[in-house]
Parts: sequence; structure tokens; C-alpha cells
Amino acid sequence: MSMLEITDFGKRFTIHHLGKTMPAIEHINFSLEAGEFIGIVGKSGSGKSTILKSIYRTYLPDAGEILYQSDRFGEVDLAKLSERQILYLRKYEIGYVSQFLSVMPRTTCRQLVTNALLEMGESEEVALMEAEKSLAHFELDPKLWDSYPNTFSGGEKLRLNIAMATVKKPRLLLLDEPTASLDQQSKVKVREIIEKLKNKGTTLVGIFHDIEFMDGLCDKVFDMQTRQLTVAKEAVGYES
Amino acid sequence: MREEPILQVKNLRKQFGTGCVECREVENRKLEKNFCKSCGTVYACQDISFDLYPGEILGIVGESGSGKSTMMQCLYFDSDVSSGEAFINTSELEGKNVFELSSQQKRAIRNHVYGMVYQNPVHGLKMDFSSVGNIAEKLIAAGNRNVAEMEATSRRLLESVHIPLHRMKEEPRNFSGGMQQRVQIAKALSNNPPILFLDEVTTGLDLSVQANVLDLIKKIQRDLGISMIVVSHDLAVIRMLADRTIVLLNGKIIEEGLTDQVLEDPQHEYTQQLVYSLL
Ligand SMILES: Nc1ncnc2c1ncn2[C@@H]1O[C@H](COP(=O)(O)OP(=O)(O)OP(=O)(O)O)[C@@H](O)[C@H]1O
Ligand SMILES: Nc1ncnc2c1ncn2[C@@H]1O[C@H](COP(=O)(O)OP(=O)(O)O)[C@@H](O)[C@H]1O
Ligand SMILES: [Mg+2]
Ligand SMILES: [Mg+2]
Ligand SMILES: [Zn+2]
Repeated sequence: MSMLEITDFGKRFTIHHLGKTMPAIEHINFSLEAGEFIGIVGKSGSGKSTILKSIYRTYLPDAGEILYQSDRFGEVDLAKLSERQILYLRKYEIGYVSQFLSVMPRTTCRQLVTNALLEMGESEEVALMEAEKSLAHFELDPKLWDSYPNTFSGGEKLRLNIAMATVKKPRLLLLDEPTASLDQQSKVKVREIIEKLKNKGTTLVGIFHDIEFMDGLCDKVFDMQTRQLTVAKEAVGYES
Repeated sequence: MREEPILQVKNLRKQFGTGCVECREVENRKLEKNFCKSCGTVYACQDISFDLYPGEILGIVGESGSGKSTMMQCLYFDSDVSSGEAFINTSELEGKNVFELSSQQKRAIRNHVYGMVYQNPVHGLKMDFSSVGNIAEKLIAAGNRNVAEMEATSRRLLESVHIPLHRMKEEPRNFSGGMQQRVQIAKALSNNPPILFLDEVTTGLDLSVQANVLDLIKKIQRDLGISMIVVSHDLAVIRMLADRTIVLLNGKIIEEGLTDQVLEDPQHEYTQQLVYSLL
């Protein structure tokens, strides 16, 4: 059984003040086994983020199915699952990382990662320890741990986001353009992070505009333009 | 996951005025927003239903006059509902519509099950009692008699909301708005309520004090697992705090969903306006 199976998925947006309904994506199909890493590619506006946000239910899906193999609930359709169950999955099973950081104001980097664990019911002591480990693991400079992240660089914000999401050890991690607007060195770091996560068995869905950068890591690539799923070996040297 | 709500509200209605032929019928009443122009009746809450789950923060947003405070006052028994039901999931109260209980039973619920933080601190605090005295009053209502113990509890609570020790004996009327709100929160927490109502707790506070109070509320959720209804017209506050959010307009629920979903993919025309005006 696949970890994630998206069948004939579609999402449209109705903007009332324009009196318009616009389909963002239609007839999306792909699936992913446990421990696999799928990359989604396609040009800007093609609907990549819409897919990810629909899996996480930040967007309300309206056509098709998003079947997910949950540890707690067994097979569920994320498109129809109750809100309380979605909240449970976000807490314990599914993580989401974007390039944007939206966090409690005036909360330090260390506290943010610690809170992610406290929310799961972890003890204060364990949470603090794991938070430090995670920040170190993702190579955030210890000088930054006790400062507020609103002044962080793009790469630092991203690594904090990844730390907050992965410290919870999600089974499924959604990454929206984790390499966008990063310099080469930071991108290499992100690649290493993804490699580490993959080695730990995390199932990953990532959006990349420069998928070549993930060569050798991605198991599958889904192309928004052709709506085709390619297995990675054939995708080597892929050009978007 | 079979989870029972700790509080269930069904078809809560509250009107001010007796109504007339033009507005009495629910289905086709003609109102100007929530107001009947023929007889002047205000329909402040119309058919509000929702569930509150253990440990969650439920956000309520809506413009001024949408019925948020009226709903909170009804839930807290400050004013009587026109009709509707509310059920609290504890062994003693199971299956009972708490709106129909005697005033003594309602008082017991306020003393043991509910905490309330009012939009206006004047309603939640006795401004001429000391802060410790305010909390002691609530503790006495909840059945405490041991003075030393009550004093210790008050101190601990006031400390947890960062009221400095040397000011605890002071009357809250001397305090800033943010401090008054924090004393209100300490008072509301003093009886260890499983359910806490917070009405615009950060409105009118400057940003750094606001951050402070928001942080405190999140901490209460994390550490104590208290279920909360948080009312605000400020979407930024709701975004920070609420797991799920309900949007009220003219006393009616027009949209509800996961907070990030309501903010990023609003379905109702009014919610879209509300969100777009924030961006
Ligand atoms: N005692 C009353 N008599 C008559 N009308 C009332 C009374 N209390 C409230 N209302 C009306 O009920 C409606 C809802 O008021 P409420 O105070 O609940 O709004 P709110 O959503 O809390 O607004 P705000 O954001 O300004 O606090 C308003 O139209 C108000 O004028
Ligand atoms: N919240 C939204 N409301 C309205 N339209 C949206 C929303 N999110 C995305 N869209 C539209 O859906 C389409 C796909 O967008 P998106 O998923 O962000 O693309 P990508 O991530 O591939 O750049 C675009 O036309 C975009 O304008
Ligand atoms: Mg995108
Ligand atoms: Mg109000
Ligand atoms: Zn009337």
C-alpha cells in the first residue's frame, strides 16, 4: 500500500468579488511509497504549492482523493478527514515547511523548536534537549539560538523551519521550494538535510524549480506540465 | 479517534426586543444586518452551533457588532439566551442543557468549570480590591477557606502572569491595560477551569504587551491543556492562537474551518473581504 496516493485530484478557487471561479489544478495523479522522495516540478503558477497545501489541508480540496496511510487512523482521505483528525496528523505525523516563516512574535529560535515538542506532550527537559540537538543538526549557529528569527537570513529561516518540522519526527514531510532564493552553499546544506531525513526513513514531497540539484536523491519526479510521473533513474539530466 | 467535545453549543439564539410580524419567522425575516427596522429588535446571535474539543483553542472572528461578546456572555450565563442548548461533557452535567439549570447550578459551573476574561477589565475585576483579593474572591467562590493557601495560590498565579510581587497587594485600577488583562487571566485560571472564555484580551494593548499576553495564552494551552474560546476581530491574533476558527457575521456563523485554511482559502464572500483587507 502506498503511503500517499493522489487520485484525480483537482482544486478551484472562487473569488467572489470578481465573480470568477478558476481551476488551479485538475486531474492530478501520483503515488508515493513509504520512505520515498518525490519532486514536483513545473513553472510558476502551475499549481505546485496548491497540491502541497491541499495535502496539508491549508487549502480545502474539492475534487478527487488524497489517500494517506496514517499510523494512527489507518488509510484516510485527507481531502475529507475531520478537522480534528487533520490537527492530530499535523501534530504527530505530517510536517510542512515553506520558505516563509510565520511564528509567534517575540519568541526565540530555541523556544520555537522547543514549543513544537511541548505541543506534542513532550516533557520540558526532553523538549529543550531535543531542540538543541535539532538546531545543531541543521547547523544553525548557536549564537542565533536565543534571538528572534524575524531578522534571520532566508537560509537561516528555512533551516529553523525545517528544525521545527523535523524535531517532531513526522512520517511525511512536505517541502515547498526549500532551495528557492538560496545561495549555492545553503542549497548544498538543504540537500544534505534532505539526505539525512531520507536516510531516517521520512517520506518526502518536495517542490523544486531546479530539480537537477536533487539528482540521485529523488525517487520520482512529477511534472505539472505533462502530468507525468517519472521514476528517477530516467529523470537524470531532466530539464524543466 | 472518537473524541467527545467538552462543550457543545446548539442553536444558540439571543435577541434584544420582542420581535414583530416582520421578523419573528426565522426563515424569511427581513433584517438590516442584525436589526429589524419595523420593531427595532436586534438579533445578536442567530442559530449559533459549534463544538469545543478538549485542549483546543477555538477562534471566533467577526466585525464589531457581529455578536461575539453577546455569545460569550450567554455562554457564561451573564445574560439569558433567547433559545438554544449547551452541553458540558462532565459526569455530573452529561445530557443536561446548562442554559436551563437553576441559577445556583449555573453559579456552580461558573465557579468550577468556567473561567472568563472580559473585553473590558471593569467587568472581570473589582477595581477597588487588591489583585490578591480579586483572586481570593474567586477561590472562595470555588469553595476554598484556607487563607494562607489562597494567598499562596494568588501569588503563584500572579507571578505566572508576570505581575511583580511588590504590586500584588495593589488595586488593579492603578494598573495599565495589559496588567489588568493579566490579572483577569490569573483570576480566571484560579479555579483550574477546564474551559476558558477570552473576549478580545489583547485589543487596545500595545504590540509588545500583546505579544506577551498571546504567549501566556499559548503557554496555558500547552501546560494546562485548557480548552479555550478566543474572540477577536484581529485576524493576526486568531492566526497565532486558534486551531480552528469560526467567522461570525450579523450573529450567524458564515464559515468555519482550520484557522490557516480559513485565512488562506476562505470560502465565503465576507471572509474573503476580511482576509484580503488584511493582506
Ligand atoms: N443589551 C443590549 N441591548 C440591545 N442591543 C444589544 C445589547 N447588547 C448587545 N446588543 C447588540 O447586539 C449586537 C452584538 O453586540 P456584541 O457586543 O455581541 O458585538 P461584538 O461582536 O462583541 O462587537 P465588538 O467587536 O465591537 O466587541 C450589536 O448589534 C449590539 O448593538
Ligand atoms: N489562495 C488562493 N486563492 C486564489 N487563487 C490561488 C490561491 N492559491 C493559488 N491560487 C492560484 O492557483 C494557481 C496555482 O498556484 P500555485 O499553486 O501557487 O502555483 P506554483 O506553486 O506552482 O507556483 C495560480 O493561478 C494561483 O494564482
Ligand atoms: Mg509555489
Ligand atoms: Mg465585543
Ligand atoms: Zn421586527
